[in-house]
Amino acid sequence: MSWAKHAVGEVQEYLRMLIQVGRGLVTRPIYRHDIVEQFDAIGIGSLTVVLLTGTFTGMVLALQSGMTLDQFGARSVVGRLVSASMVKELGPVLTALMVTGRVGSGIAAELGSMMVTEQISALRALGTDPIRKLVVPRVLAGVIMVPLLTIVGDAVGMIGGGIISSTQLQVASSVYWSSVTDGLFIGDIWMGIIKPFVLGFVLVTIACHVGMRTKGGTQGVGRATTNAVVGGSVAVLAADFFVTKLLIAWLY
Amino acid sequence: MEAPVIKFDGVSLAFDDKVILDGVSFDLLPGRMKIVLGASGAGKSTILRLILGLLRPDAGQIFVAGERVDNMPEVDLMAVRAQLGMVFQEGALFDSLTVRENVGYRLFEETDMPISEVDARVKEVLGFVGLDEYADRMPSELSGGQRRRVAIARALTARPRILLYDEPTTGLDPITALTIDDEIIKLRDLENVSSIIVTHQLRDAFHIATHEAVQRNGKLEFVKAEPAKLEETEFLMLKNGKIAFEGQAEELRHSEDDYLRAFLS
Repeated sequence: MSWAKHAVGEVQEYLRMLIQVGRGLVTRPIYRHDIVEQFDAIGIGSLTVVLLTGTFTGMVLALQSGMTLDQFGARSVVGRLVSASMVKELGPVLTALMVTGRVGSGIAAELGSMMVTEQISALRALGTDPIRKLVVPRVLAGVIMVPLLTIVGDAVGMIGGGIISSTQLQVASSVYWSSVTDGLFIGDIWMGIIKPFVLGFVLVTIACHVGMRTKGGTQGVGRATTNAVVGGSVAVLAADFFVTKLLIAWLY
Repeated sequence: MEAPVIKFDGVSLAFDDKVILDGVSFDLLPGRMKIVLGASGAGKSTILRLILGLLRPDAGQIFVAGERVDNMPEVDLMAVRAQLGMVFQEGALFDSLTVRENVGYRLFEETDMPISEVDARVKEVLGFVGLDEYADRMPSELSGGQRRRVAIARALTARPRILLYDEPTTGLDPITALTIDDEIIKLRDLENVSSIIVTHQLRDAFHIATHEAVQRNGKLEFVKAEPAKLEETEFLMLKNGKIAFEGQAEELRHSEDDYLRAFLS
């Protein structure tokens, strides 16, 4: 039963951190400089990887669905499939997964090494609450930047799909783009925008939690980094399922 | 009698079933120094963490500058910590910040002091530890001894009344260790701060206890301490979570206790 006790303790600590983050968001002191720095690190820093994954995903979606649609002689509606799957599902999830790999690991490694070299204790000794100084800026940046990155990912995905449609599938660009807009309903757009807020929050808070609980030297930092990526990715996919279920009941 | 700046009253702490401290009581008077000795894992550093409120005791009371800290909420502890300067083992400098930003951290981040005043103070404390030319370096570019001195400077910046040193000379060569010892002596004798040093480096501990810093004709010298000065520094030996010895350097040297003799030899 010791693992159960351990798991409950871990969840308890995670929730306690969330409460402290909530308090840190609405009361002073707020470390503006760190917030700006994290927006840059998490948002601008992840742009390249999101552009690349978005484009390739859109391209492969067009190739695959083009093949399937051929069986029904419906190649011209390829745009619908690309836009619907990109905006509702692949854009938010793939962006969140890429950010987990890039940012989640970075956060866990950074906070973890600060933990094992006593820099976090030093912060507290110097009168700074590490949650406000380190965690709040990262959570804010994650919650705001992941949705923005998702929108960018969606856009380049649809453009990538368009390039493949016109060069490989011989679907005229005007046909593709009108099909893209036909495929999108207002509910889909809401879903595509609401989801990444949740996913961004989940992945950053897990990385911060894992980082702040690092123990045991360099090895501990390695373990924390792995846990942040594995735990964060699984949590992103699980959260995606539950949020999708909730939003389907709510939006449609 | 003066009121103690730090008071431990029957403090106990255990991690799971390992007893770290068992009813520890002592007082630190203003301007005095306590050197805490003990084997590794004897709970020496724990005492410093309890004073800072980074850890909470299971039982007993802890007072810092007359305020009870063992049950104080984290928010109020921030004000108490302003009176404490802590030099962590290995320095614990923020490795993403320059020496200047490290040393001025508390003033930059936690006060409204104008930048020019902060810079002046940073220059002053870096000058005190003899590193004023290193302000724009990163901590990774410094040697082990320089890093400890920056850590001492950082602890000094906000003019604390009490300084806490966690193994300030561990891992340094004997010559560099002596320069750190001299900084500690200077702070006790010239700046009159109260301090607690946790260490197992006996050589440094005795050096600090038996020397004093004096200004002669505007020059700083380190000489053998006068009897009055010797009284200002006391040793405190921890054994199995209890205080096994409390007294001055001479008494410790001539102790007949087997454990103390084994520890000192």
